[in-house]
Amino acid sequence: MLYREAGQFKTSYAADQQLFPILQDRVAVLAFLLIAFVVVPLIATDYWYSAILIPLLVFSLATIGLNILTGYAGQLSLGSAAFMAVGAVAAYNFQLRVPGMPVLVSFVLGGFMAALVGMIFGLPSLRIKGFYLAVATLAAQFFIPWLLVKVSWFSNDSASGVIAAQPINILGYAFDTPASKYLLVLAIVALLALAAKNMVRGRIGRAWMAVRDMDVAAEVIGIRMLHTKLTAFAVSSFYCGVAGALYAFAYLGTVQPEDFNLDLSFRILFMVIIGGVGSILGSFLGAAFITLLPIFLDVLLTDIARGFNLSLMPGTISMAQLVVFGALIIFFLIVEPHGLARLWQIAKEKLRLWPFPH
Amino acid sequence: MQGWKRGLITLLAAAASAYVAVPAMAQAPGTQFIGITGYRVGPYGANGAAFFSGFIDYLTLVNERDGGVNGVKLSWEECETEYNNTKGVECYERLKTMSQTGPTAIHPMSTGITYSLIDKAPADKIPLITFGYGRTDAVDGRVFPWLFPLVSNYWDAATGIVKFIADKEGGPEKLKGKKIVLLYHDSAYGKEPHPVLEAEAAKLGFELNKIPVPHPGNEQQSQWLQIRQYQPDWVILWGWGIMNATALTTAQKVGFPREKMVGNWWAGSEVDTEAAEGASNGYYAASLNLAGKDFQVVQDVQKYVIAKGKSKTPEKLVGTVLWNRGMAAAMMTVESVRTAQGKFGKKPVTGEQVRWGIENLTVDTNRLKQLGFGSMIPPIKVSCTDHSGSGLVRFQQWDGKQWKAVSEWVSGDRAMVRKMVEDSAAKYAKEKNITPACLAG
Repeated sequence: MLYREAGQFKTSYAADQQLFPILQDRVAVLAFLLIAFVVVPLIATDYWYSAILIPLLVFSLATIGLNILTGYAGQLSLGSAAFMAVGAVAAYNFQLRVPGMPVLVSFVLGGFMAALVGMIFGLPSLRIKGFYLAVATLAAQFFIPWLLVKVSWFSNDSASGVIAAQPINILGYAFDTPASKYLLVLAIVALLALAAKNMVRGRIGRAWMAVRDMDVAAEVIGIRMLHTKLTAFAVSSFYCGVAGALYAFAYLGTVQPEDFNLDLSFRILFMVIIGGVGSILGSFLGAAFITLLPIFLDVLLTDIARGFNLSLMPGTISMAQLVVFGALIIFFLIVEPHGLARLWQIAKEKLRLWPFPH
Repeated sequence: MQGWKRGLITLLAAAASAYVAVPAMAQAPGTQFIGITGYRVGPYGANGAAFFSGFIDYLTLVNERDGGVNGVKLSWEECETEYNNTKGVECYERLKTMSQTGPTAIHPMSTGITYSLIDKAPADKIPLITFGYGRTDAVDGRVFPWLFPLVSNYWDAATGIVKFIADKEGGPEKLKGKKIVLLYHDSAYGKEPHPVLEAEAAKLGFELNKIPVPHPGNEQQSQWLQIRQYQPDWVILWGWGIMNATALTTAQKVGFPREKMVGNWWAGSEVDTEAAEGASNGYYAASLNLAGKDFQVVQDVQKYVIAKGKSKTPEKLVGTVLWNRGMAAAMMTVESVRTAQGKFGKKPVTGEQVRWGIENLTVDTNRLKQLGFGSMIPPIKVSCTDHSGSGLVRFQQWDGKQWKAVSEWVSGDRAMVRKMVEDSAAKYAKEKNITPACLAG
């Protein structure tokens, strides 16, 4: 009753092609943006900004990046963290070496550098597929952090390859409080997420999905393999690169190349799988699941232990948290192999019928 | 089926927001709250468990034996970081909110987490103490007012090791023409000593061959083959975790004498030598603190804390290198609080006041004796220009059962290290637009 598109007539092509064709979706997205931009800053504390919201948004952006490549174009990649590293280091170097470089432009240029590197490492995808491609992208994951440590020019000759991101200053306004950084990251992520949503429903996105579903058939109907696969790598790496720049500039400030290790690549892949392969919303849900659930479990288990006045060996809670987290991942993958985004889809179908399910 | 699934998720989400929204105030009123970002699980859990057990045992000792610091009891909360930067930042942010006076001072015990907090700590006015790791150029407190790499840093260790080798060879002039291999963990940590050792090689005329070991370093056949062909006089081991034990056992396999190997302090704990079993006998390591149970303070912990059942520390950790290091780290925190109380009054002190306390911390030989630490660590005198306060290292040798001190507290080429620290700090200041200056109390 509440969620029903019946009666919403489209009288122009523009109306039919809009990003969120259903009125309820538009209202929901607007309400969500309103909450994120207005309500959250009114109630959130520094802990929420620095420990939860900013990392959540940054990882969501990286997950969208990988989801474009893996979820939409069907190319499995284990190099996301390496592309993040490229974005972070490139943005840092543009800030450092080009006088008067606006910080937002250096984020974009960082993204473009990552896109370029991503395209180079995407070249093998023209010949190899599936797990073999994953192994090929693993090369990026090992090569890039190694190169960033090896060539000290990238880190301005820091002895250990560590980069210290410059303060964010846009048009004379210094983004130095957690709240202002959050709003900046939120604006960038919201913009890029909408852009991704827009891209995947258009010609490019349909070409990606055609390649994903059956590449031979896609080629037969006239989709250029080289072009399609490389744009997927480029766009995906661009998103990862911007996420990496935000990770360095807005989240941590000082980063070492080892932060962008294989472990992070795997985490981003798990966010895609748990959130929902081939879904922009799922990217946010997956990132939330993987980053927030351990924190929540940690706080919950500590409180339970305190509430029952248990005297535990130190480390027990952490072990228990890992066990519960692992069990929950398995549970979700069994009951919903298509990820959290699928749950939302099911919920929407129910809402269409509510209150008279048949 | 679908209904309960959805219900479960709604429930989880609601519970999550309710819980995480308000981190509990853990601080009992009137106590000095100390936030601990520790790790006991994950790849380095064994190292963390030893260090943080020692840390907490010393805090318990101060409460049990002395009734706190000048009557102000200590309270603390440990948050598990798993040696992971993201979790480390979350822990830091959580601990920050847990008391009125902040978490006193944070010991990240991880170079990665230290770097993640370098920009946050000054903004929050919380000092970071990095005891033997982290950013070396932070010794210059005019550029890094909130960062304290107490006692000694990697560059002190590197020049100290060179001096130790020179002494064994019969003087610095004897190093000319000698061949030294640096076998290092291929990471930021392993690359840290490169500039200093290169400068030493140029100055003293020895040949330096740097051989990287990729993480985690449990396979070193090719590296040791290279070493055997090169036939060095000494090998400096700059490893971490499993890499150290592997280096020692592989050295035994290719017949390189362990008496010609010197490690730094992260390659010099019982965890490393015991894992290599018989292969470690005779191996040297530069150390920040001595191992052993003979110190008065260790006996006090056994009497006031462990015997009374106030400790959860496994018996075998007591007196180990890392457990003692945790004790020493806690002692420096407590003494900094005491110093701050001397100026700001005998009440719980804030991060800003603790920062002043650390910057004006003096623990001389007499005070070390009073505190029961004796010769476990070198005397410390911190100042704005010298945030390390010592720069001394001491060499220990593994005799098959335990670490034995084989030198006094010695320092390497301090003038050279100082100059490199200042150059590096000045460069950082320029990059970040900082005007170097001492903070007023």
